[in-house]
Amino acid sequence: MTDLQRSESGLVLPRYGRENAEIDPPLDFAGYRSTALRHPKNPLVMLPQMLTEVTAPVLGESRLGPLDHDLTRQHEEEPIGQRIQVTGRVLDSDGRPVPNTLVEVWQANACGRYRHAVDDWPAPLDPNFTGVGRCFTDSEGRYRFVTIRPGAYPWKNHHNAWRPAHIHFSLFGRAFTQRLVTQMYFPDDPLFSEDPIFNSVPDPQVRERMVSHFDWDTTEDHWQLGYTWDIVLRGPEATVFEEPHA
Amino acid sequence: MSAAGSDGGGAGGTAGITPSQTVGPYFAIGLTWEDGAEVVPEGSEGAFWIRGRVFDGNGDPIPDAVIETWQADPDGRFDHPDDPRGAVDWGSFRGLGRSGTDDEGRYAIYTVKPGPLPAPDGATEAPHIDVSVMCRGLLARLPTRIYFPEEEAANASDPVLSSLPASADASTLMAVEDGEGGYRFDIRLQGEGETVFFSV
Repeated sequence: MTDLQRSESGLVLPRYGRENAEIDPPLDFAGYRSTALRHPKNPLVMLPQMLTEVTAPVLGESRLGPLDHDLTRQHEEEPIGQRIQVTGRVLDSDGRPVPNTLVEVWQANACGRYRHAVDDWPAPLDPNFTGVGRCFTDSEGRYRFVTIRPGAYPWKNHHNAWRPAHIHFSLFGRAFTQRLVTQMYFPDDPLFSEDPIFNSVPDPQVRERMVSHFDWDTTEDHWQLGYTWDIVLRGPEATVFEEPHA
Repeated sequence: MSAAGSDGGGAGGTAGITPSQTVGPYFAIGLTWEDGAEVVPEGSEGAFWIRGRVFDGNGDPIPDAVIETWQADPDGRFDHPDDPRGAVDWGSFRGLGRSGTDDEGRYAIYTVKPGPLPAPDGATEAPHIDVSVMCRGLLARLPTRIYFPEEEAANASDPVLSSLPASADASTLMAVEDGEGGYRFDIRLQGEGETVFFSV
């Protein structure tokens, strides 16, 4: 085996899959105008994966309030909107669950408006909706949020530009190399075809990995619709449990 | 059943990997924490501020960026299962810092200096902090590193600094002492003085 980085001093580190232009969007993407002045012109420098890159914060559950996973119960009343439950697993690319990792989400309300000073388009705010959630994955890598389905919203990228409905997700994984911020979309959104952010991912099959699935199993009678979405982080190319050969 | 992981990928371990998307303009409602800047609790021994500004290709400050830092403790250790050297002595050390930028593009992180780190090939990494820059207009986070100017000998033998390509300006990775016990580290996403960014 040559997959492990090792040294005579006995330091053995996992090695993770590297950034891959076939998966992630390019930093310079003309269709998304804000990239023009915000992408580096110089090529990225390959950083070897050493201790800082194969570790990540181990955050405690003390970061969570009891209702942080339920965006419909953070105020006196329930928010307006279609109640949904979003569940899934955080895995690595070898299919192994990523347990006990912080998952953070934020989203617009049912009308497509964010509770943020910069968002001032003429759609109402909902006094009963903040749009922020957090949870930790369990020992099997599972996460669960209860929320309302966010609305689509206009933005200024081009004439009549509308973002498809989405929920922002942020994950640490177990290594700096696995850090991921992405967006979860809803199936069959007619706005996909004109959205440069969704389409910045070059491969249409890879794009589909950002789209959740409607799920009868987690849909509850007279209560909520269920969506599932698995998130796959770059995996170690070898596990840390393998013994180095003599 | 979800379809993630079922659409191929194959060799190279890329099966089903979820692609990155921009953090967008509204991350502040979700990603900013009250104690985000505090890598260590207020009043920790040896703690200081790293402050800086984030600029775009026109030299204008970026008011909607989020900076995350990740680092070893002062002993050069990580409280993490993949740091094989065992327990750490810095119980209140979080290692993670997170700061949104303000209207002037300013961020601030309250931390302690990390120790040097062993590398698998027997080399020693100079004290450094890994940084992720995220903002509207960045479709994936941009990693960079902060090094410390007073660590001249360690920096000279650091395996990352000493193997930068000739086109990369190492001075953009060097914090500047601010005369108040802390450091300044500005980040330029594009153009003159462009920060060296990494692929990990």
